Amino acid sequence: MRPFDYQAPADAGTAVAAVAARPDAAFLGGGTNLVDHLRLGVAEPGLLVDVTGLLPTGISDDGGGLRIGAGVANADLAADSRVRRHYPVLARALLSGASGQLRNMATTGGNPLQRTRCLYFQDVTTPCNKRSPGSGCAAIGGATRQHAILGASEHCIATHPSDMAVALSALDAQVEVLGPDGERTLAFGELHRLPGDAPERDTVLEHGELITAIVLPPLPVAARSDYRKVRDRASYAFALVSVAAALEVTECRITDSRVAFGGVAHTPWRARRAERVLRGATPSDEAFHAAAAAELADARPQDGVDGGNAFKIPLLTRTLAGTLRDLARQEA
Amino acid sequence: MSETLEHRAIGADLPRRDGDRKVRGTAVYADESPAQDPVYCRIVQAPLARGRITSVDPAPAEAEDGVLAVLTPATAERLADTSDAEYAILQDDEVHFRGQIVAAVIAETFEQARYAADLVDVRYDEQPGDTLLSADRPDLYRPEQVETGAAPDTSEGDVDAAVAAGPARIQQTYTTPMLHNNPMEPHATTALWEPASHGGAGSLTLWDSTQGVHTVRETVYTVLGLDREQVRVVCPYVGGGFGSKGIPHQNVVTAAMAARAVPGRPVRLALTRQQTFSLAGYRPPTIQQVALAAGDDGRLTAIANDVVEQTSRVKEFAEQTVLPARTMYAAPNRRTSTRLAALDVPIPSWMRAPGECPGMFAPEVAMDELAHELGIDPIELRERNEPDTHPESGLPFSSRNLLACLRRGAEQFGWPDRDPLPGVRSHGGWWWGTGVAASVYPTMRMPVSEAEISRVDGRYVARIGATDLGTGTWTALVQIAADALGVAVDEVDVLIGDTDHPMASVAGGSSGINTWGSTLVAAAQEFRKRFGDTPADGDSARAGVPANEAAERYAMSAFGAQFAEVAVHADTGEIRVPRLYGTFAVGRVVNPRMARSQLVGGMTMGLGMALYENSLFDPRTGHVVNHDLAEYHVPTQADVADLRADWIDEHDPHVNAMGTKGIGEIGIVGTAAAVANAAWHATGTRVRDLPVTLDTVL
Repeated sequence: MRPFDYQAPADAGTAVAAVAARPDAAFLGGGTNLVDHLRLGVAEPGLLVDVTGLLPTGISDDGGGLRIGAGVANADLAADSRVRRHYPVLARALLSGASGQLRNMATTGGNPLQRTRCLYFQDVTTPCNKRSPGSGCAAIGGATRQHAILGASEHCIATHPSDMAVALSALDAQVEVLGPDGERTLAFGELHRLPGDAPERDTVLEHGELITAIVLPPLPVAARSDYRKVRDRASYAFALVSVAAALEVTECRITDSRVAFGGVAHTPWRARRAERVLRGATPSDEAFHAAAAAELADARPQDGVDGGNAFKIPLLTRTLAGTLRDLARQEA
Repeated sequence: MSETLEHRAIGADLPRRDGDRKVRGTAVYADESPAQDPVYCRIVQAPLARGRITSVDPAPAEAEDGVLAVLTPATAERLADTSDAEYAILQDDEVHFRGQIVAAVIAETFEQARYAADLVDVRYDEQPGDTLLSADRPDLYRPEQVETGAAPDTSEGDVDAAVAAGPARIQQTYTTPMLHNNPMEPHATTALWEPASHGGAGSLTLWDSTQGVHTVRETVYTVLGLDREQVRVVCPYVGGGFGSKGIPHQNVVTAAMAARAVPGRPVRLALTRQQTFSLAGYRPPTIQQVALAAGDDGRLTAIANDVVEQTSRVKEFAEQTVLPARTMYAAPNRRTSTRLAALDVPIPSWMRAPGECPGMFAPEVAMDELAHELGIDPIELRERNEPDTHPESGLPFSSRNLLACLRRGAEQFGWPDRDPLPGVRSHGGWWWGTGVAASVYPTMRMPVSEAEISRVDGRYVARIGATDLGTGTWTALVQIAADALGVAVDEVDVLIGDTDHPMASVAGGSSGINTWGSTLVAAAQEFRKRFGDTPADGDSARAGVPANEAAERYAMSAFGAQFAEVAVHADTGEIRVPRLYGTFAVGRVVNPRMARSQLVGGMTMGLGMALYENSLFDPRTGHVVNHDLAEYHVPTQADVADLRADWIDEHDPHVNAMGTKGIGEIGIVGTAAAVANAAWHATGTRVRDLPVTLDTVL
């Protein structure tokens, strides 16, 4: 762990300017991911700019949706009655993640910006293209149980760890960003990027850009939604696979749906192919399995010294089917 | 027969004497021992499984603020005795395993030491590491003995012929993974070298987190070439050890070397969680080929366990996995064997119930398979194979209440109504099943321990260099001493955790209470013999542990039975254990609340072994890649539901004066088999490789 400078500016604009001015600077929010990485030597910023207290901590109604300040703690967001009523998938995703203590520290803006997760990325004694571009990927052919089956590249097979981000992906959220050149808004689905040949970049944010709010659109289908996280132990583990889903059924036909997967890709994985298969179908295990099959047609499991992760394909298929089955029953 | 104590304090449900200090946070642990101007030591580890150090340049580290010294193979002191290769630290250029200590930085602050350690420039000539355990390796060898000193192999009759004859037989391979102890308190030492003391020869004080202060002293004075009296080791409290603090590991000796490099400055060295995965020992992975044969009546005609496991090339550790198959069940044809692969891997060591824990997984699952094949209830099968005498030695048991545990457990758990068919109970979206397995752990007493009892200010003060791992020794020894002296516990103090107290054995092998208690009883008898019932202040007597003569006439073991209910999610295969119940025969229980805590803790650790714990060893790199608590999964609160332990009222007049058998380890023995058997009963899928994870039962 190398020494670093620390600044606590008075406002977000100053913070953005401070980070933008130094290529080796990083924002410090709740610190639940960055501080780990500092200790492990995975992150070695020369300057930390503390944005604690500089970002909005309110949740406000916004044209039928919700505007969530980037400083809202995960615990507070999960407890918000509007979130619980209109976007239960988000509340459940948040509560399935980490621990109570971490959810008190982690923020709305920081959670989606967790670095992707990989045993080897976290271990500076092994090569990693994400940590040291061009050094190689130790994970490929290593312990790959947690790794990606969708959208991976020969350079990186890490998965995104956030549960919250999977729900936000399903909910068509918008992300408001403050950068050195001013504000911009982007679709949540465009925030994260697949590894390709530049796995060091987890998101499309430019250096110095800071998430200030996340906006949930009005989304009636989300009122009946759920998040299902599958892991070996009952708590405090990252998802092997997870499913965020919302389902609207009218007269025995699926009229609308939102589906996203976690634990299977470098990004939260919006399952638009599955949604297309579901549209108009009669809710049934057959339809649900067809939806999963469409989405997973390009899945590429990893071999590994731990047995690899081919199990994620049937596991995700069955998890999706089970989640949709339960939602369809709620409808009835 | 031992002269059994009249139990007045023994058996009382007393709260911990140290509980108040722990709850208030005033109990002092090794890394927070009071120290004036402490400095900090950070180790540098080799990032390769095998090779040679070609150069170490400490200059970049030495140039940093606050750095006091950098120990390297070139600058570290020459050690006096490196016959135990684990302690040949910084003595040559060889790299024997990934994670080996190759340098150590001492600096004024923790942060300075940590940063400077990253700057030490070590270059290597890397050689291919040989790290992969397999039962097919041509270089497997038979060790001279397993860890207990027992023979690696045994054979009686003709197992192969009996298996061929059947009619019922089970021949399967079972595996247990590499497993690591993860005590809450890290391995930590505060070390101070005072060159002017001890008549100018210098003295070394170690405040160490250890399971045996005297064990640490014996190692350190020998390795450093000091006199025993030059070394003092202090350890009042331990935040868990489970065997990983049973013998001193490299960190302790390194802390001592660091202290001698900065005379007069206390040095703190605490391993990080990641570092413990290569330096603090581990349970080696095992491959167990079990053969059982039985007649239609369920009586075993053969039992065999042929074990392949790993050790490190630099130091042999032969886990005694073969032992349970020798002791549990009667059968005329018997065979066990131990074969080792010596690899370029970290050095294995003790982990709770070494031998019995992995060695009861395979046979107890095989017994479940045999019960199913024969159509006999698993408890009934065990009843039919209960031996009259110890199957290997032929000695009678001092007491053996396995069947009593099975029967009581069955009744308490609700076993009699069980439908034996697997994979047929589905409700609420889950598959449900139950399973049973037996537990066993030998009753041991160590040969060396001494205690002193004195009259001080009208109280009885006993001193013995014993240890409390968080298990309750501070309290339990008071109860024993009080009964031995025939006084109330309020009149007795027992002082432990310091080599200034008389020599005591390590807290290992579930032998602590058996050994230290027997020693205190002997000291109390000596005290009363010399000073009667009205001693004066200053009266003092010492005695050593009496020999366990009855062990020549009796086989001594604790037994138990564990019952698990398992639910497997129909969609996802997620495995949960809503009920886990163990009932044990462990002799006299000194303190019920602490005994229950030990048994429940062991079972919880067994639950982890059954479903979660798995050190993911990457043979390409030679290290465990899930080396932290985010990725090496132990049970969380949410995983432990209705988990209970109790015991039968067992009186064994032969084991020792207290009638105790030791309870630290038996709780983990058999748990994994019970859970795996229940998972099979729920799903119909037999998993023979631990841990049982959701992908194996999808």
